[in-house]
Amino acid sequence: MGGHDADIIVVGGGHAGCEAALACARMGASVLLLTLGWDTVAAMPCNPSIGGPGKAQLVREIDALGGEMARNIDATYLQMRLLNTGKGPAVRSLRAQADKAAYGARMREVLRRERNLAVEVAHVVGVEVGADGSARGVVTRERGPVRAAAVIIATGTYLGGTIHVGDRSWSSGPQGQPAAEELGHALAKLGLRLARFKTGTSPRVRKDSVDVSKMQEQRGEVLPFGFSFETGGTRPDQELCWLTYTTPRTHEIIRANLGRAPLYTGAITGRGPRYCPSIETKVVQFPARERHQVFLEPETRNGDVMYLGGLSTSLPADVQEEMVHSVPGLEDAEIVRPGYAIEYDCLVPTELLPSLETKKVPGLFAAGQINGTSGYEEAASQGLIAGINAVLKIRGKEPFVLERSEAYIGVLIDDLVTKGTCEPYRMMTSRAEYRLTLRQDNADLRLTEKGHGLGLVPEERYERFLARRRLVRDEIERLTGTVVPGDAETARMLAAIGTAPLQAETSLGDLLARPEVTYEKLAAIDPGRPVLPQDVVQVVEIELKYAGYIRKQRGQIERARRLESRLLPLHVDYWSIAGLSREAREKLSDIRPRSIGQAARISGVSPADIMALLAYVESGRHRGEDSELGV
Amino acid sequence: MKVGQARTPKLTRGRERVYMQGYAENDTIAAISTPLGEGGIGIVRISGPRALEIASRLFRDPSGKRHRTLKPWGLRYGIVVDPETGEEIDEALASAMPAPHSFTREDVVEFSCHGGIGPLSRVLDAVLKCGARLAQPGEFTRRAFLSGRIDLAQAEAVIEIVRARTDSARRLALANLRGGLSAAVVSIRDDVVALLAELEAAVDFPEDDVGEPDHAAITRQARETASRLRGLAARARCGRVYRDGVTVAIVGRPNVGKSSLLNALLGRSRAIVTDVPGTTRDAVEDWTNMRGVPVRLVDTAGLRETDDPVERLGVERTRERLDEADLAIVVIDGSEPLSDGDVAVLRRASGKGGAVALNKSDLPPKVSESDVVPHAAGMPVVRVSAKAGAGIGSLEGTIARLAVGRVAGVSEGMVMATARQQEALERAAAALDEAARGVDGGAPLDLAAIDIREALFWLDQITGRSASDEVLDKIFSEFCIGK
Ligand SMILES: Nc1nc2c(ncn2[C@@H]2O[C@H](COP(=O)(O)OP(=O)(O)OP(=O)(O)O)[C@@H](O)[C@H]2O)c(=O)[nH]1
Ligand SMILES: [Mg+2]
Repeated sequence: MGGHDADIIVVGGGHAGCEAALACARMGASVLLLTLGWDTVAAMPCNPSIGGPGKAQLVREIDALGGEMARNIDATYLQMRLLNTGKGPAVRSLRAQADKAAYGARMREVLRRERNLAVEVAHVVGVEVGADGSARGVVTRERGPVRAAAVIIATGTYLGGTIHVGDRSWSSGPQGQPAAEELGHALAKLGLRLARFKTGTSPRVRKDSVDVSKMQEQRGEVLPFGFSFETGGTRPDQELCWLTYTTPRTHEIIRANLGRAPLYTGAITGRGPRYCPSIETKVVQFPARERHQVFLEPETRNGDVMYLGGLSTSLPADVQEEMVHSVPGLEDAEIVRPGYAIEYDCLVPTELLPSLETKKVPGLFAAGQINGTSGYEEAASQGLIAGINAVLKIRGKEPFVLERSEAYIGVLIDDLVTKGTCEPYRMMTSRAEYRLTLRQDNADLRLTEKGHGLGLVPEERYERFLARRRLVRDEIERLTGTVVPGDAETARMLAAIGTAPLQAETSLGDLLARPEVTYEKLAAIDPGRPVLPQDVVQVVEIELKYAGYIRKQRGQIERARRLESRLLPLHVDYWSIAGLSREAREKLSDIRPRSIGQAARISGVSPADIMALLAYVESGRHRGEDSELGV
Repeated sequence: MKVGQARTPKLTRGRERVYMQGYAENDTIAAISTPLGEGGIGIVRISGPRALEIASRLFRDPSGKRHRTLKPWGLRYGIVVDPETGEEIDEALASAMPAPHSFTREDVVEFSCHGGIGPLSRVLDAVLKCGARLAQPGEFTRRAFLSGRIDLAQAEAVIEIVRARTDSARRLALANLRGGLSAAVVSIRDDVVALLAELEAAVDFPEDDVGEPDHAAITRQARETASRLRGLAARARCGRVYRDGVTVAIVGRPNVGKSSLLNALLGRSRAIVTDVPGTTRDAVEDWTNMRGVPVRLVDTAGLRETDDPVERLGVERTRERLDEADLAIVVIDGSEPLSDGDVAVLRRASGKGGAVALNKSDLPPKVSESDVVPHAAGMPVVRVSAKAGAGIGSLEGTIARLAVGRVAGVSEGMVMATARQQEALERAAAALDEAARGVDGGAPLDLAAIDIREALFWLDQITGRSASDEVLDKIFSEFCIGK
């Protein structure tokens, strides 16, 4: 290992750090995972839940590429549901409540069993940079310098963490461990820009102290699949969640105590996420609303503690008490841990390349919440990609970058490194312009080939994938190739399944495109069909039923690709290109997009600027070729 | 494309003519193409037939003694000197790109100098002293466009920015028209964003209290918005007259002065004029500019009943020309009494519309306006003298006004739009109709969103914004989200 303690060091054992370390190890690199505590590896300090619109797709993609999160939640969920079933094929999304204790324990077991991977409890205080300016390792408080060929920072919200509860605040990470002060300074000294964000959590209450008879029950569903393509359906014995609502009295209490709310006194300066506002923010911003939802979610199986989703707050503990008690069913609730807001430093994500390597320090990668995102799924996705790219980097290979048209992971990282973010970034389906082609049901068809190529998908799994892909292709071919006649007999059968007779002979595929026809109903006039697994039927049905829309989306992707394929040189002097606005010059110089397509997504770069860039690329082609002096 | 063609592009379209105004395209132009005062490397760019020759006169080898001849594709280091005094100005790298492989498709030389206002403008001065002309703002781009190097949309975009900063006079002249389009599009676009935000909120926050979107309301809104876009497209078609121009046929009896009028309107002798009736046998046409509207004038053979087969052929062709034209100018010889022939021509042209030119006003009048009006079917009558040039301006104004009103069918609320913008409006409208059709036919919301996004894409081609972040902003400001 040439004086290295490991090929790659991963700092932080959250969801990003775990995926990063596993990806590196599975690709054959030796990894040292440094964490502040063994018990907090793969912890869930916020909602104990995984998935939802946009996020479920991320988890499926992680799975398709050989990551761990999907299998881990499938093994440890308390409840699983399929959201958005009525809203269309692109946005159907799994969501699971996790047993957070079991989730962490299983992930720690996976780490422990992985060859090539060692976990060490250590407090990282700095990054070692070699004479050539690239990362060579880290410095820990416990044993000084630790050497590696690449470093992945995945420290979540620990950098400069400050917890706020009412008028009290103290320096801390989310799990009660000390905040990482020195590391933040060390990163800043390397020239990396930091931003300050804020996020919040809700109070937890004792299950025994809650009266669920006043609440709506929320059941899990028995589904034919889970998150991972490798696990089967969900089990029937799922835990319940409960829904209740705040009352006018709750809102009164909050309004009366805004003077003690750090969000409104100015004590908190970091930017919080708009999609996950505190209850005080909701009450202030939507004064007309008479109630807000409060979800009671179990944190562990048969456990004692419930999370109050929707009540994220940093009001003083005594106000939280009063507020919680004003909610039906929570009159006597005993708060186990009050909600709190945490402010933390994160990297300005435009400091990163699409590989998640920092632009300024080669060999230094960053993944997860430190890059300005929120959410376990977003973190894990980045961890996986940073891990892959760290290994590719030390092997001298080209980075692995997913396009926006290939994966939500591609959308996530492109958004971060191209646009930056002014609030903790959360994935949503509306961020993916090609979401009809980026569904959870086809994540493996999109990505498992790539995961296999990277060495992350083992052979036996790859074989199963190939078999599934073959089934999907064959069935699509069969349905589009099978023609039914437009005779009276067929008309009778069609009438029986509630659809109009045929004018002329038609393929089963085209029949399936009718809104009222389903694959299942089609069985009546398709006696020769093979018996297929549910998940295969699902992909086939969507691909044929929405073929017209999918074609339309492919056209949009093609249209955008024309700009994506116009590459921009890395070292352009944007100040010397005629016709660019000042703002465009600044943004382009900062972000250094790879292609005209990426440039077009930078806010502040207008179509007019893009035309100027196109003109530049056109004229520069000749100049570039013949420049003997590199001017 | 051959070099010679690149320098004198063929005028086939009105809009090219508009861009051409005031610029001789065969001279050599130069400008600093880096913003002044920005430091670093600055570039002085020379484009045109004399670019290589001029550059070679100024450029010496590093010792400053010998002239350096620039070869195509060469990149050479040397010193720029003042052509008159021989004084050294700055060291520079010179690169030469021969026609047609340069950005403008003309010979281009670029001096990359140290930058800074002082040296750069002195290098530019030296280039100008050698006979280059200072380029107008956007002129390199205009040449690139005219030579077919880049398309109109690209040229427009670049020219518009360059203009916005420097050519304020022209910008102001067009501001009204342009502002009209983008203001209208922005307001329609806001509605589309709101529509999309409603769908997206429901899709991305299924567990929040955002409510189910009302499918009937969505189709209604989509259709309404589509029809507003179509209305806008109609008004924009009207503005397009300014870019694409109109065709005006000059018709009348033989010898009334049609060819003379053509020449007077063009400001030069284009068609043959004699006192022999039937001089013009084949149509003669050329472009001119009337109050900013590009007009293609077509002078035709005189219309009369005749037995001469050759002349009859000419008359037949005149009728075709009249049919193809957007407007007509009916020329009547005012020094002779109104004849049946004149009335026949008026009748034929009345279907087309246009103006009546009562010519030869320098001679004693034999026809008055009131003699013509009953036969003119509403066409305005203008007294002119093609020979003396009287009334020509007034006739131009009349034609321009008719062109704008007539071609688009409306004269109110006109907006300026390029062909590209026009297409974008129509595509956006079609995508919204598609969305409405989909929802009506039972397509799920996430699919309707694909069409609505497509509509936004096309509107963004006009407004130059990018929608994704705005939709989120709208969701978070309108809906209480957050579990
Ligand atoms: N005095 C006077 N003579 C004019 C005027 N316009 C044209 N003429 C004369 O009228 C005669 C015919 O002019 P043209 O312009 O050739 O007429 P035309 O209508 O083109 O004739 P054809 O091509 O033969 O149909 C020439 O002798 C012109 O000089 C005018 O405004 N005043
Ligand atoms: Mg004539």
